[in-house]
Amino acid sequence: MYVAVKGGEKAIAAAHRLLARERRGAPEIAEISLDQIREQLSLSVDRVMSEGALYDEDCAALAVKQARGDLVEAVFLLRAYRTTLPRFGYSQPADSSRMHVRRRISATFKDVPGGQVLGPTFDYTHRLLDWSLAGEGKEAGTEESSGGDSGVGVPSPMPRVLDVLGREGIIESEGSGDDHEPADLTRQPLDLPAGRDVRLQNLARADEGFLLAMGYSSQRGFGSTHPFVGEIRMGEVEIEFVPEELGFPVTIGEITLTECETVNQFIGSGEARFTRGYGLTFGQGERKAMSMALVDRALRAPELGEEKKGPAQDAEFVLYHSDNVEASGFVQHLKLPHYVDFQSELVLVRGLRRTVREEESGHDI
Amino acid sequence: MTSETMPGYNYAYLDEQTKAMIRRAILKAVAIPGHQVPFGSREMPLPYGWGTGGIQITASIIGPEDVLKVIDQGSDDTTNAVSIRSFFAKTAGVATTTRTEEATVIQTRHRIPETHLTDGQIIVYQVPIPEPLRFMEPSESETRTMHALEEYGVMHVKLYEDIAEHGRIAKSYDYPVRVEGRYVMAPSPIPKFDNPKMHDSLALQLFGAGREKRIYAIPPHTRVESLDFEDHPFEIQKWDYACAICGARDSFLDEIITDDRGGRMFVCSDSDHCARRVGEDS
Repeated sequence: MYVAVKGGEKAIAAAHRLLARERRGAPEIAEISLDQIREQLSLSVDRVMSEGALYDEDCAALAVKQARGDLVEAVFLLRAYRTTLPRFGYSQPADSSRMHVRRRISATFKDVPGGQVLGPTFDYTHRLLDWSLAGEGKEAGTEESSGGDSGVGVPSPMPRVLDVLGREGIIESEGSGDDHEPADLTRQPLDLPAGRDVRLQNLARADEGFLLAMGYSSQRGFGSTHPFVGEIRMGEVEIEFVPEELGFPVTIGEITLTECETVNQFIGSGEARFTRGYGLTFGQGERKAMSMALVDRALRAPELGEEKKGPAQDAEFVLYHSDNVEASGFVQHLKLPHYVDFQSELVLVRGLRRTVREEESGHDI
Repeated sequence: MTSETMPGYNYAYLDEQTKAMIRRAILKAVAIPGHQVPFGSREMPLPYGWGTGGIQITASIIGPEDVLKVIDQGSDDTTNAVSIRSFFAKTAGVATTTRTEEATVIQTRHRIPETHLTDGQIIVYQVPIPEPLRFMEPSESETRTMHALEEYGVMHVKLYEDIAEHGRIAKSYDYPVRVEGRYVMAPSPIPKFDNPKMHDSLALQLFGAGREKRIYAIPPHTRVESLDFEDHPFEIQKWDYACAICGARDSFLDEIITDDRGGRMFVCSDSDHCARRVGEDS
């Protein structure tokens, strides 16, 4: 006789033990430490902090380790931790013009005040596997003689390129510094139409791959916005907070940010001026910051009187599908049992087939 | 209140401000039966799409005196039901049960128990897509307007097209209902077999969609009608078989494939109902 499957609890516990064993890998190989992840897989840590919306390198490194290197799973771990944290308040707006710049380039001007600073970038590396990294011991490129000068001589603060254009009035002014408190998607659900503050917060938390594809699609004609990279900068910015009992800002720490500002197609016939797109990530996240700037600009189509021609310009499409914690959960929920729904469909389809067969045999007689 | 069994976290995981926010949304939902109320859904330690809406509602209403039952596909033993039950046992130290009538709070995915719910019980549904009009109109701004204007023509057209094409309404689960003559509502993907149980129920019915950030409700003694036409009245699924374990002919049956030569059997989807009928202590 059939016995209904029981023992889900035991099965789950066994699965978790197997998972822990797989995560550890071969026991004769040394266990990876959080320090190693933080220092040597720093771009994984940066991505997890960005999409996990929590700047904490140690927690992000732990999440990467616990998730066996699955970054979307690590983002989920960090988000679920973040949501339990009490809120003391909101920091002052970070001022990226006062960034201690480690990388800064502009594609719109050959030279800019402060100069072009390549910094630590994959750009211009030849993507050849470097076998010297395979063995342990001395790696190429880390010797003092061949190393960079780690930012010595980079002026700080460094003026932002788009501010130079801004002074000429040839580019639209940066968002009006109106007084309205920025919305917070982690407290209030998305409401449409969404203001730019909401859109930017959504994009900052969005999946990098999703933004990359959306930005890319806008370049290929599904809502072209003709971007130029006005500036990309990466470096450290001080975060200030005003404690109620003091009433003046105090520095509470320093975080690494990557910022991308694009200069886009102009508007207006009389007083023509360029428009802007903006992207910002925690850590070093240039691909995402650039994609975000493209999508931010694409989403401004209605505001700038442009015809909507592509998904990247459709705020509802982009904002509702950008979050990888939401998307990953819902796609993967299909693994859960659906016996009841499927049984309902079976009953329906069998019924429909029977009706057709009965009608057909009725005709024969 | 802190959790005795999970140090470092608040009782039932959510902080008290979040619970208060969710309770406000629930109160509004109860006041406007069938209307979807947006709420500040939080990230939970379980994935979106796996019951986060239901879990947030349960976490907001549960107390130490409550007795919790969690089912998925009608059964207390499916893995996700086990996982959610152990989450609340861990974070809220709450007593759990598989017996429908012993529970004060029942969290469910895809079924309503066969045992009639009674006065004072709360059933919490996990909802994947709260918008009944979604597959006719993908835009949320549009569907919100349609609900506001009570513009449900597309739904009737969809059901009519089914009749024109298949001779009957080809919707077997998540079958749309109209609540107290006003809002068209998605009952969550329960089989239409369960739809009549929502009507004039003694229990409070709460619906949580975490990923879509919506809560809605059906208060006790509310009129819930499954949409239909006069010449094509709503009807529920029937089986030519009885449950192979308890012999029930009036319960929703799951089909079990027993071999690879077409052998199959039918058993109750509600495992508590079935076990009790054969006198087994589930």
